[in-house]
Amino acid sequence: MEPFEFVSPSSIDEAVKTLASNGDNVRIMAGGTDMLVQMRAGRRTAPLVVNIKGIPELNVVSYDASKGLTLGAAVPCYKIYQDEKLSAVYPGLMDSASLIGGIQIQGRASIGGNICNAAPSGDAIPAVIALGGVCNVAGPKGTREILVEDFCTAPGRNALENGEILVSIFLPVPQANSGANYQRFIPRNEMDIAVAGVGSSVVLDASGQNFVSARIALASVAPTPVFAKEAGDSLAGKAVSEESIQQASELAQAAAKPISDMRGTVRQRTHLIGVLTRRTLNNAIERARGG
Amino acid sequence: MPGVTQVQTTLNGEVVNFLCEPRQSLLECLRDVLGMTGTKEGCNDGNCGACTVMMDGRIVDSCLVLGVEAEGAEIMTIEGMASPEGLHPLQQSFLENAALQCGICTPGFLLASKGLLDQEPDADEGRIRHWLAGNLCRCTGYDKIVRAVLQVSKAK
Repeated sequence: MEPFEFVSPSSIDEAVKTLASNGDNVRIMAGGTDMLVQMRAGRRTAPLVVNIKGIPELNVVSYDASKGLTLGAAVPCYKIYQDEKLSAVYPGLMDSASLIGGIQIQGRASIGGNICNAAPSGDAIPAVIALGGVCNVAGPKGTREILVEDFCTAPGRNALENGEILVSIFLPVPQANSGANYQRFIPRNEMDIAVAGVGSSVVLDASGQNFVSARIALASVAPTPVFAKEAGDSLAGKAVSEESIQQASELAQAAAKPISDMRGTVRQRTHLIGVLTRRTLNNAIERARGG
Repeated sequence: MPGVTQVQTTLNGEVVNFLCEPRQSLLECLRDVLGMTGTKEGCNDGNCGACTVMMDGRIVDSCLVLGVEAEGAEIMTIEGMASPEGLHPLQQSFLENAALQCGICTPGFLLASKGLLDQEPDADEGRIRHWLAGNLCRCTGYDKIVRAVLQVSKAK
């Protein structure tokens, strides 16, 4: 790796000042599981690396049944899925946290880092979009919120401006009769990059037979993760049926703009989006019904 | 040109100080600075698990940790696994089950297996296979490794 300076600020203010005064010559490091690989391969270089793991606000895991979840951007995946309460409230988030990399990676990698890395295949991103996640950002001009679906702007690029850091991700309290699920297709059983992935969340009415609303998001089928709004919206007010789920899966396929590469073809990926949308909707429905 | 930093860490129960550049991974620091060559370099990008060590009780790929991040941490490598009384039960079981051939992946598998059984002493086969998915072995076909870990697990 090219030489760099390494600093570990202990507050958001200190981090923002360091970032703002170094412009493009800086990389932020959380778990480092993507960033160090990119630095070593020479795909990214920076004379300064800012380790944000020492900032208290970035290590917060705070769930309040009336407010929702604030998840610090540097919290490693294992801390999320080992938390029994969070696992019970946000099983759709656990689906992602427990399949990113292997156990070694999950000891370091964070959901915030996965979002900032902005890979089209980032496994956490569709799940967090489906759950209505919001990015809490701090910068030289103060704080702002960015919807997770608006955060990734291109492969490896995000909406953070000079001097800004992602502090935490906010997830609203799940509504009554709601459920979520993330699934991806990979050729192996573990440790691979999604050929395609889908995160779905649904809210059902009290009978459990009708959709109130739904959100669907897609991985690995466009330059950024895709929020398939029309696909989710198509379910609002409809009865839970094979037909309505099929229709939503076709709209999700229409929202996908995949390319053919070493991991899969356009045709395979489009097919997978249909299958995974139906599967994740069905699992989300089952979870919403308390299954 | 960035200089060197002094790092103090607890390595296999002993406090050690070493000098490193920020760009050096914990793996490089262990092998090249401290001469602890039991930890192996495989892919050097977080895919193979050969460089697995324990950091504050959790397994990590030491190629994806910077040496400077070891400051104040507790690190355990393969060199710290056996005790003066003898091999760790997992090491003994790997020998008895012939769970290694070339041996490059073995320190990583042993640390990863220890990480699992420390946390889940009764891990079953499915759990062992899932947990060890981040460790690659190109010799054994995994079966003997899984059997060796299962023999030490309390799951029967």
